[in-house]
Amino acid sequence: MDILTQYAYIISAALFIYGLKQLSSPATARRGNAISSLGMLVAIVATLLDQDIVDFQWIAIGIVVGGIIGGTAARMVKMTKMPEMVALFNGFGGMASLLVGWAAFAFRPDAGTFTLITIVLSILIGGVTFTGSMIAYGKLSERISSAALLFNGQQVVNSLVVLGIVASSVMFCLEPSNSGWLFWVIGLSLLFGVMVVIPIGGADMPVVISLLNSYSGLAACAAGFAVDNNILIVAGALVGASGIILTQVMCKAMNRSLSNVLFSGFGSGKVEATKVEGEIKPITAEDAFYILEAASSVAIVPGYGMAVAQAQHVVKELAELLEKNGAEVNFGIHPVAGRMPGHMNVLLAEADVPYDQLLEMDEINPRMETVDVAIVIGANDVVNPAARENESSPIYGMPVINVDSARTVFVLKRSMASGFAGIENPLFYKDNTRMLFGDAKESISGLVREFS
Amino acid sequence: MISVEVFIIPDEVFLTFILMLSIFLGFELINKVPATLHTPLMSGANAISGVTVVGAISLAGSGQQDLANWLGSAAVALATINVVGGYLVTDRMLAMFKKKGS
Repeated sequence: MDILTQYAYIISAALFIYGLKQLSSPATARRGNAISSLGMLVAIVATLLDQDIVDFQWIAIGIVVGGIIGGTAARMVKMTKMPEMVALFNGFGGMASLLVGWAAFAFRPDAGTFTLITIVLSILIGGVTFTGSMIAYGKLSERISSAALLFNGQQVVNSLVVLGIVASSVMFCLEPSNSGWLFWVIGLSLLFGVMVVIPIGGADMPVVISLLNSYSGLAACAAGFAVDNNILIVAGALVGASGIILTQVMCKAMNRSLSNVLFSGFGSGKVEATKVEGEIKPITAEDAFYILEAASSVAIVPGYGMAVAQAQHVVKELAELLEKNGAEVNFGIHPVAGRMPGHMNVLLAEADVPYDQLLEMDEINPRMETVDVAIVIGANDVVNPAARENESSPIYGMPVINVDSARTVFVLKRSMASGFAGIENPLFYKDNTRMLFGDAKESISGLVREFS
Repeated sequence: MISVEVFIIPDEVFLTFILMLSIFLGFELINKVPATLHTPLMSGANAISGVTVVGAISLAGSGQQDLANWLGSAAVALATINVVGGYLVTDRMLAMFKKKGS
């Protein structure tokens, strides 16, 4: 590779790093993204100008095809579907690394052991990322059941797959001329990706896509070693670190360890429902309106149900009406609300809710006692007081938004069917809770109509 | 006469060194990203992980009509989806984040 290409990579690494630094505030984030994309452009152009590149036909076809698909997807995707899109892109990144690892071997079959090991790693991590992401995509888009899938002997099968991966990887490095081992590594890593994601339920997807995000970076990193390219290593490591941090944030927000999320089959319906004393008190839109009209402080706590009902725009409308009426309106966002980190924030930003009105759990909880009305929209576990009060609850210890401390709580819910994992929510039975049954969008539109 | 022994760092050591520094840098940078930007962070990370396109280009453009060339071309297409799609959708999202009163 030319020395000039190498210098260009230094510039592009600096731009990636500076771009990510700008992501520390919503005010500068957009510019940061543009700077990062400039870094990518520099890296790509420098590579294309390298003397080793003699044939541009297939590169051009690849870039045009990929550019059209990526550009179209980015324009068309609905904001509620971002988790699916990120899952798919994680998968493409993994597959690209698998192919690069394989191609690196096809290009230089006489590579040394160190390179062979990195080739195996890029195929392995890339393969797991690809099929794991496809399963995650299937679960998120409900193309396959989002429930955790457990079967007898799952551990045995998984252990055999891991053993097979280790054995075929070692054999490939010892005996690279026998291409059979390479195909075993590819096949088993693809199988392993499926096996690791099927036992994980839909509501744990924030952890899974964060982790796969990290893997897609690590796969790029390994591919960088395989083709001796340092920009792949730098960029891959940045992505890997990002995914790992998000995974930690998600696990902490659920008070669960990563291994518990990955292996316990949480939410497969094994949990026994605990009985809750009390009475459900439904409320009509009209009565809810009278209470809201008198409120001077309102906290809105959205969950996945808001995304499903596409209710973010009417929620914004309601918030505006409440503010016009003199109330202070804030949004309380739990880190695992929705199906990916920051899911709610993007939906509300789409509906033009200013980001300084979105409060994190630790900011809104101390204020909750002064809140007149807390409106829970399609959230369940993240507002469940059992996490604080009931030691036998499966989610005991998970930090939650304490909506029950507000003077009145409205819970917007489709029906009384229990949420993910069948955990009873005592919030619904509290004295200060009123249930507003129906589709979240319909219910809020009803409230908006009452105001006008 | 003094003889100076020139010691050249092997490639793999050099690359591993870069990896180690990048991981620590990554942790420092990403820890400062606020929770409200975690979705754009992930889609932006998708775009950056599309950097694989650079490795793929050098394999797809070797001029030999062989397996490495075909695999490299497919990787170029996949990684470009990530680069183009990732940056564009992140920009689309970040454009929507507004401060109160602006």
